[in-house]
Amino acid sequence: MPLQSPSPRNKMEARELTLRYGSKVAIRTISLAIPEHQVTALIGPSGCGKSTFLRSLNRMNDLIPGTHHTGTILLDGTSIHDRALDVVDLRRRVGMVFQKSNPFPKSIFENVAYGLRVGGLKDKAALSARVEKSLRGAALWDEVKDRLDESALGLSGGQQQRLCIARAMAVEPEVLLMDEPASALDPIATAKIEELIHELKSTYTIAIVTHNMQQAARVSDRTAFFYMGELVECGPTEQIFTNPREKRTEDYVTGKFG
Amino acid sequence: MKHTTRKAVGLALTSLTGLAAFVIVAVIAIILLDVVRGGAANVSWAFLTQPPTDGMMGGGIFPAIFGTAALTLLMTLAVMPVGVLTALYLHEYAPPDSRMARWVRVAVANLAGVPSVVFGLFGLGFFILFVGKGLDRALGYEEMHWAQPGILWAALTLAVLTLPVVIVSTEEALRAVPLDHRTASLALGATQSQTLVRVVLPGALPGILTGAVLAISRGAGEVAPILFTGAAYFLPDLPTHLNSQFMHLGYHTYVLATQSPDVEATRPLLYATVLVLLMLTFALNLVAVIIRSRTRRKAASAGH
Amino acid sequence: MPATHTDKAFEQDLRDLREKLLAMGAKVEALIANSVRALTERDSPLAEKVVSADREVNRLEVEIDDLCRRILALRQPAASDLRLITTALKIVTDLERIGDLAVNLAERAMDLNMVPPLAPYVDIPRLADLAQQQVKKALDAFVSGDADKAEDVLKGDDLLDALFLKIFNELLAYMMEDSKNIRRATALMFIAKHLERIGDHAMNVAEMVIYMVRGKDVRHPRSRNLTAE
Repeated sequence: MPLQSPSPRNKMEARELTLRYGSKVAIRTISLAIPEHQVTALIGPSGCGKSTFLRSLNRMNDLIPGTHHTGTILLDGTSIHDRALDVVDLRRRVGMVFQKSNPFPKSIFENVAYGLRVGGLKDKAALSARVEKSLRGAALWDEVKDRLDESALGLSGGQQQRLCIARAMAVEPEVLLMDEPASALDPIATAKIEELIHELKSTYTIAIVTHNMQQAARVSDRTAFFYMGELVECGPTEQIFTNPREKRTEDYVTGKFG
Repeated sequence: MKHTTRKAVGLALTSLTGLAAFVIVAVIAIILLDVVRGGAANVSWAFLTQPPTDGMMGGGIFPAIFGTAALTLLMTLAVMPVGVLTALYLHEYAPPDSRMARWVRVAVANLAGVPSVVFGLFGLGFFILFVGKGLDRALGYEEMHWAQPGILWAALTLAVLTLPVVIVSTEEALRAVPLDHRTASLALGATQSQTLVRVVLPGALPGILTGAVLAISRGAGEVAPILFTGAAYFLPDLPTHLNSQFMHLGYHTYVLATQSPDVEATRPLLYATVLVLLMLTFALNLVAVIIRSRTRRKAASAGH
Repeated sequence: MPATHTDKAFEQDLRDLREKLLAMGAKVEALIANSVRALTERDSPLAEKVVSADREVNRLEVEIDDLCRRILALRQPAASDLRLITTALKIVTDLERIGDLAVNLAERAMDLNMVPPLAPYVDIPRLADLAQQQVKKALDAFVSGDADKAEDVLKGDDLLDALFLKIFNELLAYMMEDSKNIRRATALMFIAKHLERIGDHAMNVAEMVIYMVRGKDVRHPRSRNLTAE
């Protein structure tokens, strides 16, 4: 008998999640698991609910007035809406990187240290160590180590986005959510981010929203296709891109939509 | 044919708008030139540092300069915290459909439309006759102590007058802080108040200072609100207490222009006073603009 | 397919590809038919035509390869499109091999046409017919995206193999009977073998069609089980 690789644990799992903005249904009865130490890509046309779903995973949707949900989202088997789980703690465990690189108008060092400082870490040496570790983890250290005190806004777009990844990594989350992290970058910067995602997989569980199907194909282990607020199909990325089960997935990945 | 019409219309619009802009600039230039030409010769060190003499027919204007500066400072100290906190409530804490916030906004808009002399009367009625009298009674003063015109009441009246400016510009500054920065902060596990203190306020600081600049330059030149609340006709002594009366450049100008027994004789003094008032307002603005651009630069390149 | 690609140029590329494959298939079928006719009707000029017509098939192979490479590079096809392209890349090789086999067959026919026939050709034309039908069926399955028809091709190969075995034994008997027959019988044996190989290539095409339609690889079930267990 060959070695059967054990099927990975589900780090996060949505069960029949429905989310409304006011009376408008944004996503409808989504049940989707995010396996540990894998990259799960969420694809679909604009407005299909993939970003909304992603933002539900660390309750960023709570910030938008008028949203309410039914169904559950589990993190390590516990509901993220559980009273015992503070939303601030949730976001420390489930970090997020946004589409537009959004460094604070502070120094490179302060950007990475931000999450640690708001978390109450004051020790200078510990801060420095964590900042260096995160910047190394985001493959940015060598480019910025001599100018940590300079403004983060002086970095190139690709560097800024890696800085944002470093910033998210600094608080040592368990899950990293990425909302189109490379959509505003040139191909070389994109390749660096994608390479980074490959490396981060061993430490983190990653969910990534992308408009770029080739990117989903390149970086992810599993792909979920969203359409009009519904999860049409989720499966191994190779299967989604060579032999999807659903007609709508087929039409989307082959470019036959509207 | 059509082409030439189009050209003509374009030319006409360009010259019309250009002319309008030119008229404004020209008017300002004429005023400034006139003030500088008439006043520059009379602004001397003595004029700036001496009190008026000879029934205000001679001497300097130092008490008025000091009074104006003290008044503006007090006003700023009063209006900035209240204005900024109100704006913070409106923009950061009030729910978007809050009825309370809507009323506050309506009130602020109305406040901005009230003529300044009404503020003067309001200051007299509310601060002096109501608050001042109440204080005197509560603190057991036999004679009038707080219930009389004084620099504090004048400053507070001006603060109410400039409140809308501060609120509106602060709200504008808060709005200008990118949503991205807030969401990034929250996504890193910061609480809302941490986000406010560490991200939103530093980001809005240049805009808030702009509000201060606008409030100061508005308040420093206003005369009507202080007429009944603390400005003195002639007072060679400097204000020493919060309930002291004070001289004021704007009021002094008004007095020189309207109350002089010999208009020809006071004209040079009048010119010089107006010049000083303009320069002071100008200097205040300049200082604030410098502070603002500094914080902005610092924000952009902030070290740790 | 009801839904068409949003990108019309892509749609046109895929249509071109299908048409070129069809043209190539039709040419290959004609090559088989003509090479066998050159043998049965002892028509050597026809055999020569087969040899020259094969160049056309080779040219199409190169063209289709180029088109596939271009689509892969420029369009990053996915799902059914990707399966169509990879299928096309594989079946052109099979079709080209079938063309080569038809040429070999025609060359043997020219040799045989110079000597008296060994016996009336009965089973060889039948075998040729079967092989040609297999090719046609496999191509039809490709065009219509019909996996069931492709499965028929896989089943039909047994018939071809059985008939080949019969011819093989017959020719063996001729050779044992008289050693003077050996030369002609060997040539005929080669021809039969070529036809049997054509059938195998038709089967390869059919397997690829099943993959293209169903996304499931049906090739080499045995060796697959070896690695999976």
